[in-house]
Amino acid sequence: MTTLPPVSVPEERLDEGPPGRWLGRPTPRLDDEPLLRGSAWFVDDLAPWPGLAEVAIVRAPLAHARLLGVETAAARQMPGVLGVLTGSDLERFLRPLPSVLSEAIPYRPIALDRVRYVGEPVAVVVATDRYRAEDAAEAVELDLDPLPAVPSAHAALDPTLPPLHEGLPNNVASDRTLRYGDPDAAFAQAELVVRARFQQPRSICTPLECFGVLCRTDPVSGDVEAWSNFQGPFSLQVVAAQALGIPPAKLHLRTPEHSGGSFGTKAAVYPLVVLLAACSRALGGRPLKYLEDRREHLMAATAAGERLSEVQAAFSAEGRLLALRLDLVDDVGAYVRAPEPATLYRMHPCLTGAYQVAHLEARCRVVLTNRCPTGLNRGYGGPQLYLALERTMAIAARRLGLDPAELARRNLVPPAAMPYTTASGGRYDSGDYPAVLALALERFDWAGKRARARAARAEGRLVGVGLACVVEPSVSNMGYVDLASPPEVRARRPAKSGNVEGVSLAMLPDGTVQLRTTTTPQGQAHATVLALVVAEALGVDPRQVQVRAGADTAVGPWSISSGNYSSRFAAVAAGAAWQAASALADQLRRLAAQDLGCHPEQVLLADGHARLVDDPERDVPLRRLAGRAHWDPASLPPGVRPGLSLTHHLAIPDLPAPDAQDRANGSATYGFLCDLCEVEVDRGTGRLEILDYLSVHDAGRILHPVLAEGQVHGGLAQGIGMACFEQLAFDPDGQPLSTTFLDYLCPTAPEVPEARTVFVESPSPLTPLGAKGLGEGTTMSAPAALANAVADALEVEEVPFPLTPEALWRVVHGAEG
Amino acid sequence: MTRSIELRVNGTTHRVEVEDRRLLSDCLRHDLGLRGTRVGCEHGVCGACTVRLDGQAVRSCLLFAVQVEGQEIQTVEGLADPEGPLHPLQEAFHRHGALQCGYCTPGFLLTAAQLLDELRAEPNPEPPSEEEIRVLLAGNLCRCTGYGPIVRAVLEQATCAAGADPTEPSGEDRR
Amino acid sequence: MKPPPLRLLRPASPTEACALLAEAGDAGRALAGGQSLVPLLNLRLAAPEVLVDLNPLTELATLACGTGALRVGAMVRQRTLERDPLVRRRLPALPAALAHVGHLATRNRGTIGGSLAHADPAAELPLVAVALGATVELLGPKGPREVPAAELATGFLSTCLEPGELLVACTFPLLGPTEGAGFAEAAPRAGDFALAAACCRLGLDPEGRVAAATVAVGALGPTVQVVPEAAQVLLGSPPGPARFAEAGALVGASDRLDPPASLHASPPYRRHLARLVVEEALAEAARAAQAARNGSPSREDRREEEHGA
Repeated sequence: MTTLPPVSVPEERLDEGPPGRWLGRPTPRLDDEPLLRGSAWFVDDLAPWPGLAEVAIVRAPLAHARLLGVETAAARQMPGVLGVLTGSDLERFLRPLPSVLSEAIPYRPIALDRVRYVGEPVAVVVATDRYRAEDAAEAVELDLDPLPAVPSAHAALDPTLPPLHEGLPNNVASDRTLRYGDPDAAFAQAELVVRARFQQPRSICTPLECFGVLCRTDPVSGDVEAWSNFQGPFSLQVVAAQALGIPPAKLHLRTPEHSGGSFGTKAAVYPLVVLLAACSRALGGRPLKYLEDRREHLMAATAAGERLSEVQAAFSAEGRLLALRLDLVDDVGAYVRAPEPATLYRMHPCLTGAYQVAHLEARCRVVLTNRCPTGLNRGYGGPQLYLALERTMAIAARRLGLDPAELARRNLVPPAAMPYTTASGGRYDSGDYPAVLALALERFDWAGKRARARAARAEGRLVGVGLACVVEPSVSNMGYVDLASPPEVRARRPAKSGNVEGVSLAMLPDGTVQLRTTTTPQGQAHATVLALVVAEALGVDPRQVQVRAGADTAVGPWSISSGNYSSRFAAVAAGAAWQAASALADQLRRLAAQDLGCHPEQVLLADGHARLVDDPERDVPLRRLAGRAHWDPASLPPGVRPGLSLTHHLAIPDLPAPDAQDRANGSATYGFLCDLCEVEVDRGTGRLEILDYLSVHDAGRILHPVLAEGQVHGGLAQGIGMACFEQLAFDPDGQPLSTTFLDYLCPTAPEVPEARTVFVESPSPLTPLGAKGLGEGTTMSAPAALANAVADALEVEEVPFPLTPEALWRVVHGAEG
Repeated sequence: MTRSIELRVNGTTHRVEVEDRRLLSDCLRHDLGLRGTRVGCEHGVCGACTVRLDGQAVRSCLLFAVQVEGQEIQTVEGLADPEGPLHPLQEAFHRHGALQCGYCTPGFLLTAAQLLDELRAEPNPEPPSEEEIRVLLAGNLCRCTGYGPIVRAVLEQATCAAGADPTEPSGEDRR
Repeated sequence: MKPPPLRLLRPASPTEACALLAEAGDAGRALAGGQSLVPLLNLRLAAPEVLVDLNPLTELATLACGTGALRVGAMVRQRTLERDPLVRRRLPALPAALAHVGHLATRNRGTIGGSLAHADPAAELPLVAVALGATVELLGPKGPREVPAAELATGFLSTCLEPGELLVACTFPLLGPTEGAGFAEAAPRAGDFALAAACCRLGLDPEGRVAAATVAVGALGPTVQVVPEAAQVLLGSPPGPARFAEAGALVGASDRLDPPASLHASPPYRRHLARLVVEEALAEAARAAQAARNGSPSREDRREEEHGA
């Protein structure tokens, strides 16, 4: 493709470090052309084996019922049908999927004798094509005996409703209260205690491409080969193998070159890999293909669970936040599907947000409902936490008669306190939060807009401004989910900690560089960034770097934390690639030193050549060095390995397992962002208009400004969607009501405003390139910032969520009597 | 029951056996191997499967293959010669960072391509506003980008198609 | 999400289409643009054995403007009508409403007849047809007949079409020299089905007072509702915000409405939106009527002049 110069550097960067040759510059993406021409390979484009049969899944029509029988005889007789399999046909090939929480909640990818959510698989139809598979699926008859449904988090707390699982006394799967410092004493001293309750409904990020799995088993060895648009973490590959009763090495999982978005959701593909593997096995090893359709996706794929929050915040007279008490209830659906209940604990190290607070108490409850199991969705616990926390701060400011920005300023972690350890054990690694806030206020003209909003309200318009200060954790500590279990239980189990990524890097005889890793990108252009990282370290053109970032568990390199989640790429994967490429550069310098007759430290790698630092005219092309390393290994100097290849794994330091006091540094690195927005609510319709939106973002070193801005804007659009449009609704019987894109409203082009972004760069001291994650910050901040602006516009303390026109109209209507 | 039909796609005639109920989207992707047409919802809302039928952008998931015999279908593969440079719209998407996962991209491209052709066909076209572009693209969902770069890419090309000089193609002054 | 087995028949004439539909009986459906029907098939919420494809019937895709009326063939695509210069000049409420129908790609394929015959009460076209006093032409085994658009829909998604009968055209009377029409709707996002929609027509007497009025609303009951009481309060006075508000309030409170409860709007909210859209549509109708009466070009004319069309 002809590479035109980039149109612009569309965002602004402050505190920019010394520019690299490639890093930090807006180089156009290297991997666009197949996507633009339509030739890119996605999961539905694959046909890796002959004789691929297609699958349709018969799903439960009721939220809760005893499954008395599945009648498949008629379906088996239908044209093109190759098999119809029920839970009892597959039971012998399946073990319950392991869960961190409780063995009393057995979860299988297909129901056996009870269905617990609408859309739960009850039978699998295998046919020559999907049309015939769907024909036959309609002919499968279910004998169901309805049970009372638990359709909401509130209902799950009702002890009179029957438990979903026989081994449990009720539907509270976990109930922990974690205390840090002396919250009781702090509350006793408080001048002001703000208490507020919040409820956030279910939602889902709905990638444009649904889930897909292709799978076959070897009837002799039992080996499973699968292709799926799975996104990791690859700990779930291990979970899947366990469910199939095979060692992980026998589950060969690959991802296609391209995946049509995920935003966390495609972590939840793995039970379908298990289901298809079991079906293939039951059918003598037949290769199978299953593509989820949109209705199935909205009904039964995964979701961000419903969250009930109650916040109590203790303030001094001067507005110092002294202590927080949180009561959080997280709905995980009918089963605790790994990595849940991680939504509830992902933000645990940041429960005090961006503020310096020593005393904290958090009651964390995981509850079961007759709805599909929840899982990763962009923000993952962040939008839930910050809506509650940042709304509470805004309420407090109002009661204290302070500008919310001033209240934030008085409480933000000061730069002198960095690295700052939060009450619950998070270690914020770098940043100047007050400076970011100050910059944001100035750029937004907060004071002016706030005054104008007040003036507009005096004239009857409903204009308001809102603020959200958000700490964005990235690169999850694999051990944080264990907080769901008390220390004494954790002590009996092997500990989990850290986050590892591996890369394999090689220079071929012609000087081309190959890099392989398992970050399974879904649109984030990992290949471009990794090529730039390698190009920077080796002094080559990025187009000479071939990157394969999709998964192949038979080839690797991968570790259980590999994958595309918790915004980990820039910190850990790019960091691992940087370290690997630096090591390879060292090898090349040694080789060149031999040719140039100098010390390796006198060699500079640039423009595809190794040059003498003091005399750049003396050089040797890298391809000649590479050729020698492969063709003439006998000539290699000491310390240079033949083949110029290496595999390197990086574990970010300072990520231990949770300690006995329940303190955990849940993520490797922490960014900070301050979002400000101005909105107007239409008095007639209740419709919300976003007049202005600014996000000032400190995510450490920015590796690629255009891609970074793409993540910030994409995250913002999903935050706006969650705040204003998107809601997975259910009726009182647990029937999902948002099962098409006509009912589940994603924002379209007219609904997403142009937002302004500014990047501030406080490099992380912990990551090799100083980069932090930035893919989820605006998803976390936007709901809070918008809700605060709406509260300001309507001059109320309680705002509905989501901020739908009717809900806002009801507030206006109620206020006006 | 199947029947043999002739489909004309991107200037090439294909003969294919299909059932009456076979959706055009499936026929293009799986019978003709034109995989660039992506399927995102199969109920006509997301726009990922948009192709052009006699120049008009349409949802290929809402058409039966047997309905479009004798009509000219254009898919993303037909926007530019595979061996040649990209179509200016594709190039603009690339330059503006208008794609992330790329799954929705063909649908956006074909929707926008109709707009550009209509502008070129008008005797005195007026360049559309950003707001008009946003409404015209409202039938295509993108979950990655937040739409801004897509809107800018289409606005730039629509401005060119209307014969005007895209004085602000860079987006630097777009705010 | 694949459609169930079906046979797709491609008739050579409207008469043959009727015969095929009659023969298929309950198992048959006419397929126009398919923008509503095919999603139902893909979701397997409808399973006709036979589809009679009207798309080959080019004789149903004609647009004709006579002295007093605009006749739109059933297979005229929504976007064709929306962009037609003559329609934009003579019946601007129609393109104004069509701009709300789905999106570019669905209007490219969706037809006038298909939308009318689908009889979705939240759809824009049935509302405009009723408000403007349109007449639909039906063709069936017993021959042709005409039905006022207001009598076409008999309930939610159901019409007075007899077995084997086909909607072949819709004729919209052109507005008189002192008449204007306006359309307004409230929807969750651009292109969504309306939560409440209104189409109003006003005629002025020589003194500029309202001499004739029609107020019709959609998405507020199983079919489009005409609210004569609301029209009545407008008569005899010059059009103005106070009267429009009164008419809007009458519509919002009217027993004729039976607003559905849905995910995105409760009945009380829909009634409230009904007031707003009626006021807005009346204001637009009044502007158009006054412009027509003053002989000044309508907004559409001006727009066309600006565009040099």
